[in-house]
Amino acid sequence: MAQNYYQKEIETMSVSEMQKLQSEKLVKQVKHVYENVPYYRNLMDEKGVKPEDIHGIEDLHKLPFLTKADLREAYPYGLLAKPLDECVRIQSTSGTTGRRVVAFYTQKDVDLWEDCCARAIVAAGGTNKDVCQVAYGYGLFTGGAGLNGGSHKVGCLTLPMSSGNTDRQIQFMTDLSATILCCTPSYAAYIGETLKEQGYKPEDIPLKAGIFGAEPWTEEMRKGIEQTLGIKAYDIYGLTETSGPGVAFECSEQTGMHINEDHFLAEIIDPNTGEVLPEGEKGELVFTSLDKEAFPLLRYRTRDICVLSRKKCSCGRTLIKMAKPMGRTDDMLIIRGVNVFPSQIETVLLNEGYQPNYQIVVDRVNNTDTFEVNVEMSAEQFTDKVSDVLAMEKSLASAMKTMLGINPTVHLVAPKTIARSEGKAVRVIDKRKLV
Amino acid sequence: MAIKQLTVFVPNRKGTIASVTDILAKHQVNIRALSIAETEDFGILRLIVNDETTAEKVLEEQGYLIKVVEVVGVKIGDEPGKLTGALDVLDKADINVEYLYAFMTRTEKHAYVVLRVESNQAAESALTSAGYKLITEADVNKL
Repeated sequence: MAQNYYQKEIETMSVSEMQKLQSEKLVKQVKHVYENVPYYRNLMDEKGVKPEDIHGIEDLHKLPFLTKADLREAYPYGLLAKPLDECVRIQSTSGTTGRRVVAFYTQKDVDLWEDCCARAIVAAGGTNKDVCQVAYGYGLFTGGAGLNGGSHKVGCLTLPMSSGNTDRQIQFMTDLSATILCCTPSYAAYIGETLKEQGYKPEDIPLKAGIFGAEPWTEEMRKGIEQTLGIKAYDIYGLTETSGPGVAFECSEQTGMHINEDHFLAEIIDPNTGEVLPEGEKGELVFTSLDKEAFPLLRYRTRDICVLSRKKCSCGRTLIKMAKPMGRTDDMLIIRGVNVFPSQIETVLLNEGYQPNYQIVVDRVNNTDTFEVNVEMSAEQFTDKVSDVLAMEKSLASAMKTMLGINPTVHLVAPKTIARSEGKAVRVIDKRKLV
Repeated sequence: MAIKQLTVFVPNRKGTIASVTDILAKHQVNIRALSIAETEDFGILRLIVNDETTAEKVLEEQGYLIKVVEVVGVKIGDEPGKLTGALDVLDKADINVEYLYAFMTRTEKHAYVVLRVESNQAAESALTSAGYKLITEADVNKL
């Protein structure tokens, strides 16, 4: 298959050239941050590092880390590196785990971010002949804005649908022959199911590709979506703190996501010691924004656990690849010695046709961890037969065992019975910590 | 022909059945028959009531997981061996009974048996051809 690139020179640059480029940008960026962000200057001073100590990417490890806690403490302007009159946009996280994160963009920041999304669309086979349906939420969420901008840059006819109103999504998709769908994987699966219910066969659906991200999803879910919609489904990665979607994207090989490393310098560290780990080892992903003007984060700890690889890719891109993140460090539980991420439970539930309304209860009885998962079932799933309910519990437990390697006890419960605080369900109750 | 059974999912905890029956009582819903299947964690209440529309609505409003299913009701004589006779009929017709429960009526010399089977139609036709009388919604309402 002929390969297309949005910015071929960068995307296929040799590793040594790329590292030279990254080094030049890093030196400039550290200076910019030190001079304009007192919050980070203090962190550097505390560590005894000066901008002059940074000569290239080999000195990156000398810089202090930034964490989500720093972002919250510095809210809203503490990490801003440009005067507000040079900023043209903010985007924000949902703020569900605490104070929201607000990221600022200059026009150049928006431009480079959109380039990153354009690379993702082209890697998924997009050209100016395509009709690109953006069904990520528009607004403060970065999903809609990022892919919308990328789609414009590629020259696709862009359908700025935002999320929800599935009947209207389907109407526009079929009436205007949308060829690329951008949304969360769970919404893609939902659109697929709805199309199926309405009698559409995969060959009747005009789509050829989908770019799905912003939440964890499995290979099984990918296969399901690809079959129902008759498309190739590509992963995309990003976070509001660094810009939004497009930090990394999948190519035709579908074996991990190429990081746009000319803009985002990636490291993998040991989450406990902060030590940098060699390529191929599993650890926490850390990003340094090399080009961001308004909100340039240096060594930002994403809490995402993954692996980096420089293995040669059949698509011709030389950009380093990251594996699909396995979960976030701050959510991770260790049960019977096994790492368990709530996101993995969520993935299983979505795959098995449940809503992701669940609660994990961990306790220690006779020195052994107990692991229970309560899952809300819907009125459609409930049956009057005890044997059916027990079979559903058993099959969910076995799907979780496959994903996690350890066996939970699953309890199905009635809808809306899982305790919620401030409208959001409490996902984990770890009673071991109370002892 | 089939009659409607209200099925309610409840956690296996003290007081949960009373909270269901209390809601029904407050809305003048009369319970004709009640059976419970329970596991260590949860119970499934199966109810035949005089007004399942109201029962379903008020329990749903209170957040209960409800399912209304159609079940077969059959009249049998109030004598030893009569239930076995009815079950034999189904067995011969190769109809598997998922669960059943029975209740007495105040006025008639009959017991009513509620049967949950895979195909209501097959069970109904097997029973009627063997001379059994089926219970209708009207019968339930008269109780």
